[in-house]
Amino acid sequence: MKSRILRTLPREKAFYFFTSIGNYTGESATSLKEFTDKINEVNVKSLEFHFYRGDFEKWTAEVLEDKELAEQIGTLRKMSPIGENLKNGLNRILIRRYSRLRSTLYF
Amino acid sequence: MKFKNNTVALDVTDLKILNALQENARQTYTAIGKSLGIAHSTVYDRIKRMERHGIIKEYTAVIDAEKAGAKNIIAIMTIFTDPKESDNVAEKLCQAPQILEVYTSLSEELLIIAKVVAENQESLHGFIASSVAPLPGVLRIRTSMITKKFKETRFSIANNPKQLTFIKEKSNK
Repeated sequence: MKSRILRTLPREKAFYFFTSIGNYTGESATSLKEFTDKINEVNVKSLEFHFYRGDFEKWTAEVLEDKELAEQIGTLRKMSPIGENLKNGLNRILIRRYSRLRSTLYF
Repeated sequence: MKFKNNTVALDVTDLKILNALQENARQTYTAIGKSLGIAHSTVYDRIKRMERHGIIKEYTAVIDAEKAGAKNIIAIMTIFTDPKESDNVAEKLCQAPQILEVYTSLSEELLIIAKVVAENQESLHGFIASSVAPLPGVLRIRTSMITKKFKETRFSIANNPKQLTFIKEKSNK
């Protein structure tokens, strides 16, 4: 299951970063690793747009099939972070989750 | 109506008939003939010929969707593409029932402009995120939702007076 979460998805299942309805930034992620990297790169406006629509939770739970990560993102949402606080919060959760999955994969 | 290099050249009578049909496609051959001062059999022959050659593509009803109770939203998508993939992206878009019109345009970058219809903002976003953004060659997308319509007309022969004048002059010589 852990290796499954770390898999690379086909293009049609990737997460596509938008800044508002219909406005695609050109950035996408096809794996948890890439998603973690892109959170640092994309505009904060895009993070706020997806975060408060629940898109990150939905994609991590339904596509990546990582319910634990989705719950952690949901918990962060209750704190209503914006701007750099949001970026840092997401970054922390994602790096921790990715590192944990990677390390347990080899033991 | 004459043929030159596989293209059909219309004379002034053809254009007048087309103009009459664009104003009201339900009028009879007799009514068109009467208004143009020509025999209804001439109108019939010319219309049939223009249908056969695909100049008249179809007869359709123009519906006011709002009055018909449709609450759809219309948006214009500007899709920035990799030039190598642009035609493929445009062709894929043409297959989607949500897409009403597709054009390519060359400004500083190669663009595809498409008119899209959706039930609401959420379904519009869902369609773009799941069916347009993943297409190979799509670099980014800008979408503008239409809030108010000030004018909408179809291309009319009568809207192209220069062409009409040119043909008139030729036919008078």
